Amino acid sequence: MLKIVVCIKQVPDTKGGVSFNPDGTLNRAAMLAIMNPDDKAGLEAALRIKDSQDAEVTVITMGLPKAEAVLREALAMGADKAILITDRVLGGADTWATSSTIAAGLKKLDYDIIFTGRQAIDGDTAQVGPQIAEHLQIPVISYAEKVEIDGNDVIVQRQYEDRYHKIKTSMPCLITALAELNEPRYMTPGGIIDAVDAEITVWGRADLPDLDDANIGLAGSPTKIAKASDKVKKGVGEKVDMDPQEAVDWLIGKFTEKHII
Amino acid sequence: MDFTLDVKHQMAVDLFRDFAQNEIKPLAQEIDEEERFPAENIEKMAKFGFMGIPVPREYGGQGGDPLMYVTAVEEIAKVCGTTAVALSAHTSLCIDPILTYGTEDQKQKYIPDLAAGRKLGAFGLTEPGAGTDAQGQQTKAVLDGDEWVLNGSKCFITNGKYADVYIIIAVTGVVEKKGRPVKEISAFIVEKDTPGFTFGVKEKKMGIRGSATYELIFTDCRIPKENLLGQKGKGFNIAMHTLDGGRIGIAAQALGLAEGALDLTVDYVKERKQFGRAIAAFQNTQFQLADMATKCAAAQMLVYKAAVAKATQKVYSVEAAQAKLYASQIAVEVTSEAVQLHGGYGYIREYDVERMMRDAKITEIYEGTSEVQRMVISGALLK
Repeated sequence: MLKIVVCIKQVPDTKGGVSFNPDGTLNRAAMLAIMNPDDKAGLEAALRIKDSQDAEVTVITMGLPKAEAVLREALAMGADKAILITDRVLGGADTWATSSTIAAGLKKLDYDIIFTGRQAIDGDTAQVGPQIAEHLQIPVISYAEKVEIDGNDVIVQRQYEDRYHKIKTSMPCLITALAELNEPRYMTPGGIIDAVDAEITVWGRADLPDLDDANIGLAGSPTKIAKASDKVKKGVGEKVDMDPQEAVDWLIGKFTEKHII
Repeated sequence: MDFTLDVKHQMAVDLFRDFAQNEIKPLAQEIDEEERFPAENIEKMAKFGFMGIPVPREYGGQGGDPLMYVTAVEEIAKVCGTTAVALSAHTSLCIDPILTYGTEDQKQKYIPDLAAGRKLGAFGLTEPGAGTDAQGQQTKAVLDGDEWVLNGSKCFITNGKYADVYIIIAVTGVVEKKGRPVKEISAFIVEKDTPGFTFGVKEKKMGIRGSATYELIFTDCRIPKENLLGQKGKGFNIAMHTLDGGRIGIAAQALGLAEGALDLTVDYVKERKQFGRAIAAFQNTQFQLADMATKCAAAQMLVYKAAVAKATQKVYSVEAAQAKLYASQIAVEVTSEAVQLHGGYGYIREYDVERMMRDAKITEIYEGTSEVQRMVISGALLK
């Protein structure tokens, strides 16, 4: 049986407001939360593999206790098991501390494929997935827009700027998924009923003995946030009224001036 | 007493809302305009288990309760009254009586396909001369050997030609009751494509225009003896009990229509400017919205209470009648007020509130008119 682990993250819904702590980190407790869209695509990819062959899908997340909600959503979509890593000492983690912590959790599990999202819509770093693979010393294929299983190998179509790469690797491996990879399924009413009653494994710091204290939480995060703010609105721009040829010359001039071309 | 939904029901509401907005809403205007039955919506709902929400797992259902089911109807009605009634008639009027009155064989034979949405259900009580007045029934069923022979017709049947399994109410004889001869009524399960079972005209309606409303015609239609549903002669009770449940579904549909119209109106009044201000800035608008929201909240309490009563009480006729009476009344009021606040645009078919206002009216009529609901409620008060 194929063992698939999907790393998911609860992120602030961009439709709601964004709120910051005095130290510049996100005030997650104050925001509406959803499952990160790229992660949801990773979960759907895992569930599709499970639809077509014998597989078990485990979802794992690190966050506040309320992050349990995205685990229950994943269970209601069809995941088999759920693990929540939560502990005050793990709070304020940057990508290094996060990937160290999640990797320590993954070391306790059997896995053939690990899915993560490409990036989370709150931090947009796209670092955690590849870092986890590095900690675990397994191959990583990022930006997956298509995933196929071929015996003991995985063939992934990796999105690139103007083309795609078709990459084959053996399991175990880690794949980072793009939201475009698929259309995630809905939960089902019956899935919800089971998910609400399902047991979720909760791991704290003490359950992760493989983890070095120097690599956890805010203190173990080499990234220091200088300043964080909500999106700054763009200016109105410049409007010009000229004939097409003149306009093209003017535009090329602007592009050259700004080193775009 | 706690008026909040638990995690399970809240998650289900979130699911139904997302699904309705993404999958059902985009088609609502088109199916109304074309008077086309939304078979693709049924297929999508089936895929995610919506066609068997309050059905036990052992029969292939989702294992939900009536409350979870009514929130599905409510959320879908917020964007499409047609799809909501297709779901309601299928679940409340076809699956429910088979689950309640069917033999184990009947349940095993029909429920798994219905709950999975592989088959669609319908219910036929109304005739040209008889609706809630079951004694006016003309459709007859006569036992001939191992078969019942049906003759007659039913009208205004929701899911008409598109259903596969029909619950049909028919007269099976005359019995004496309190010294007077009365018609003996029984219920039957009739499958589509049974010889002698055909469809008449498709009705052209004011609202829920995507809903397939057909006349069913039975001409020497022979069905197996074992397709009698419940006991012979208990058809009237079965029909009335089925309608008690059905009314909660229709109340949820009415509630959803009102809430959907309110949501659209809240968005609209913030955008629409008159005399240099958004019309939301006028106290008339604010007070109207306040009244609309209060009506919706009150109707929701009645609908949810009736749904919980269906799960916990043997008899819930009054709760169901009150929910339907009030929710349908406020659906007509709120959708009309929504059109008024939209001004001229509200009267244009491009705007969803126009359809919602037309869709709302039927909720005061089908599965027992408002007058019949008042008879049920007052009957319980005065008995």
